[in-house]
Amino acid sequence: MNAVPKIPSSLTDKQFHYCPGCSHGIIHRLVAEALDFHNVRERTVGVASVGCSVLAYNYFNIDMQQAAHGRAPAVATGIKRVLPNNIVFSYQGDGDLASIGTAEIVHAAARGENITVIFVNNACYGMTGGQMAPTSLIGQVTSTTPKGRSRVETGFPIKVTEMLSTLDGPAYLSRVSVHKPAQIRKAARSIQKAFRYQIENKGFSLVEILATCPTNWKLTPREAVKWLENNMIPHYPLGEFKDVEGCE
Amino acid sequence: MKKLLKGNVAIGEAAIAAGCRYFFGYPITPQTELSEHLATRLPEIGGVFLQAESEIAAINMVYGAAGAGGTVMTSSSSPGISLKSETISYIATAELPCVIVNIMRGGPGLGGIQPSQSDYFQATKGGGHGDYHLIVLAPSSVQEMYSLTTKAFQLAETYRNPVMIIGDGLLGQMMEPVEINDSFLTPSQMDKPWATTGCQNGQRRIINTLYLDPERLEEQNQKLQQKYSLIVSQEQMAESYLTTDAEYLLVAFGTTARIAKEAVEAARRKGIKAGLIRPITLWPFPVSHIAPFINKSRAVLTVEMNCGQMLEDVKLAVNGKTEVYFYGRSGGMVPSSKEILDKIIEMRDRSYECCS
Repeated sequence: MNAVPKIPSSLTDKQFHYCPGCSHGIIHRLVAEALDFHNVRERTVGVASVGCSVLAYNYFNIDMQQAAHGRAPAVATGIKRVLPNNIVFSYQGDGDLASIGTAEIVHAAARGENITVIFVNNACYGMTGGQMAPTSLIGQVTSTTPKGRSRVETGFPIKVTEMLSTLDGPAYLSRVSVHKPAQIRKAARSIQKAFRYQIENKGFSLVEILATCPTNWKLTPREAVKWLENNMIPHYPLGEFKDVEGCE
Repeated sequence: MKKLLKGNVAIGEAAIAAGCRYFFGYPITPQTELSEHLATRLPEIGGVFLQAESEIAAINMVYGAAGAGGTVMTSSSSPGISLKSETISYIATAELPCVIVNIMRGGPGLGGIQPSQSDYFQATKGGGHGDYHLIVLAPSSVQEMYSLTTKAFQLAETYRNPVMIIGDGLLGQMMEPVEINDSFLTPSQMDKPWATTGCQNGQRRIINTLYLDPERLEEQNQKLQQKYSLIVSQEQMAESYLTTDAEYLLVAFGTTARIAKEAVEAARRKGIKAGLIRPITLWPFPVSHIAPFINKSRAVLTVEMNCGQMLEDVKLAVNGKTEVYFYGRSGGMVPSSKEILDKIIEMRDRSYECCS
């Protein structure tokens, strides 16, 4: 008989409000496990953003601040500059980070701000009901692209992690997914590494995590996993895009 | 100890004296000297100066830093404050102490860079969304830019509320001797058990402005309103000049008050009993300093470098008991004492017409 995994001490025992099949629950757990692994729970300050994860402060068993839409990297910067020995991370969705918050994420990365960003990309605005996000794929049907996203009218999806990898500031940039157990294990290692780099004062780290949104994609959880695999991964390839250790 | 300082520099030095160690800002005229001064001074004393990518990022850094327990300031000028206003609402709601400096320029729009008082409404009536108030201080000399800045940090921490200092390019750029108060020369030691510094000592802290339950949000609003009532009852400040026997009462703040004072003196030389109330706190508006003189005065004249903003608060304070006149210049134009004197004489003549 297998042992049942315990709740990480960096998570509260509050039940998640997320929809069935949503990836946020897994990602919350991976972040909490990474904080536990590095034994930094008591010196970590998290920043929740606006979107489905706006209530993240209810789930992470740590000190938290809730930021205005898109501004989490600036808020995290303010915290880190006051508390340079604390571990500071933001938890942001793709509407928050890749649309209204593009300036803040680019400049936090360019400064090499010693923070960690957990960037959850589910190719839509989840909380407001599945509108087109800057990460929505060409042809993707959303509530504001009812005929599918058209490149003529709305342009192309933004590959944030690749874009940030052109900057000299970041120490670690990766894209992972949590749609399969093997991928979850890889994601866990990547998130752990991102926090380790911060602990070692290496500078800015960001892990983009491809995530499912069955409710807004109008798919079952099982179909959503398939859709992510068949549509998102070809456009958003997984891997490490920047690693100062790897380059050394 | 007296030092000759530029207004903008005086604010920076006072902030350091009051314990401010963190500054986040974005370049904008005419507050530039303040940022530039702190870019040199803060690192010298172990503080942090960070030029943000935008006004919006700067104020959100202030939110984060204040929430982490830092004694923090930002500065900008009119259009920059508009950009910051969303997060100023968040800061007020989360009850984070900080100081925001607005060295005003002529608006609306991109406007100009010359002195103006056109952000009175923005500073005192909101600017951002929701029912919140800033404490708003209006210095009218370089000395006051120093002393009110130290006061601003005390008020911010006492009430856990953002405090705005509003000046203009004229005050920011002029040099005057300033008495330096050494008694503040230690960083703020105020205990901040609510700050998010890591939950090593038990209960975790959350800084948040989201209340999805309307009953909880109303409770938060009531809590804020109780605090605002306390501030209104405790913190009204104004200077009275020749008001004891004044028949014609001028109300003016900041730069305009300096000129209005000259006009009052000129009126006195002509035998007109004029006096001046200079609000130092714009919010809370110093009603208690104006009210005692209303029944004795024949008329009130509000002078502003805008199109009539404080005028509304003066009318509320006067409450219909006497006539309220207005003289204003806008767009960066500064009223002369002669123009104000002419308005005092006109007011005197009109009030005689009414009463005779």
